[in-house]
Amino acid sequence: MTTNEIIAEVFYCLIGIIFVLVGVKALRDGGMKRRISTALFWFILGFTFIAGPYLPYWVTGIAVVAIAVITATGGVKQSKSNDPQPEETRKMADKFGYKVFIPVLCLAGFAVLAASFLPFGASNAIGISAVAALVVLFFVTKAPAKATISDGTRLMDNVGPIGILPQLLAALGALFTAAGVGDVIAKGVSAIIPQGSRFIAVAVYCIGMALFTAIMGNGFAAFSVITVGIALPFLISQGANPVVVGALGLTAGYCGTLCTPMAANFNIMPTALLETKDKYVIIKSQLPVAAVLLVVHIFLMYFLAF
Amino acid sequence: MELLKLIGVVIVVIGFILKKDTIATVVLAGIATGLVAGKTPVEILDILGKAFVSQRLATLFVLTLPVIGVCERYGLKDKAVDLISKAKGATTGRVISIYLGIRSLASAFSVRLGGHPQFVRPIVNPMAQAAAVVRYGDLDEKTEDDIKGYSAASENFGNFFAQNCFMGASGTMLIVTTLVEQGVEVNALQIAMMSIPIAVIAFVVGVIHNHLLDKKLNKRFQQVAQEEQK
Repeated sequence: MTTNEIIAEVFYCLIGIIFVLVGVKALRDGGMKRRISTALFWFILGFTFIAGPYLPYWVTGIAVVAIAVITATGGVKQSKSNDPQPEETRKMADKFGYKVFIPVLCLAGFAVLAASFLPFGASNAIGISAVAALVVLFFVTKAPAKATISDGTRLMDNVGPIGILPQLLAALGALFTAAGVGDVIAKGVSAIIPQGSRFIAVAVYCIGMALFTAIMGNGFAAFSVITVGIALPFLISQGANPVVVGALGLTAGYCGTLCTPMAANFNIMPTALLETKDKYVIIKSQLPVAAVLLVVHIFLMYFLAF
Repeated sequence: MELLKLIGVVIVVIGFILKKDTIATVVLAGIATGLVAGKTPVEILDILGKAFVSQRLATLFVLTLPVIGVCERYGLKDKAVDLISKAKGATTGRVISIYLGIRSLASAFSVRLGGHPQFVRPIVNPMAQAAAVVRYGDLDEKTEDDIKGYSAASENFGNFFAQNCFMGASGTMLIVTTLVEQGVEVNALQIAMMSIPIAVIAFVVGVIHNHLLDKKLNKRFQQVAQEEQK
């Protein structure tokens, strides 16, 4: 293993430990439903992060299937956390003021600096910045070390199993590639895109992202399918800058999220929260912006990528 | 028979539309795709496991949670509220635009503001409604709904289009891992930097949109006033 790979493994172990601690938190919560299956989910996930690279890959494959079985049967619930109370956070806010933003700004700032100036790679830079920001955090707040563990596991529990969706989708992309799914989509799409027309290819990709996202209500899932099927054969292999195509591809999908009741937690549930008369008032006010931004995406991607 | 290979895509689409368990849907789609392509179960588990291990970086955002979690306890959200409250006296559209700016910045720095329940309902919407009442007097239901819609929309604009500016965001890592898995070398810094232009454009478009709301309300209530004079 190279130095960078060893550093990466250390960070993956830390993530694995956080997963295990979320499981331990569930085990300790005697009053929660589905306690054992919840703990099992987090333990298995932690195991794949820590031990995955040293085992035959099919072992991790089985672990992934086991995780899916647990979530499919509703086996993962949130356990009781020590949630910060409003009085507590208000008191702290008055004491520390805007200084509390410093560690958060460091988190993003250090990542960019570490990626630009340290030789450990952009992915490791995220882990390095997380550790460095933690040090800054202790200086600013004098928080007890224990707080990082309890608040870290609390947030991870809040995020829940959905947090591993991007990683799973990347794995799904690998199976799609092995089966040649991209080629099949590409063959179908080639009927629409005239030979060598870059602009139409860009437009089809952006609109395809928005449409698929609107249908599924999830931009991440759309991205893994549409990027393999359209962006790779018609844009990236035609010389388009992959950074531009990737970055703008996902946000083009979000234009679709703005238009769809399928993305209920963004567009429909808040109307209940705000007690509106019209259930679709959020979508209606978003439509013009979504349309403008989708057009912007197409032109921006075309001019930046080629 | 070629079309049969799309079974995975079909499963993902149907699973998401029917709101089936997300993780199970994705894994099932992967297995079905592998079977249709003639892979043995062990081969499928191998591919799935290998990709899952090699794409662990998509889940790097977990490392940022302890810092964010502790900052929440030390008043992060309260200070964001304080910042927004300074917008008193602004027009409805401006109040919403100020929130859009704060939300976009928070999103770009991976701060989870908690969105609709924690900010839009208790703070942004009441401030935006109050600004309209000061200018126009009593509001009709349609106007109240419009302001609620615009307030909630600004939360989504800020959240969606700025989040990938953070290197460790799960969207950013999804882009990186999807492309790397296909043999295209890109990294998180490149994706985060390339996400800045659209974040800025989305903010500008949102501000114009909110400005047009002010104009619309002005016009609507001018007409009401004129009709009352007659």
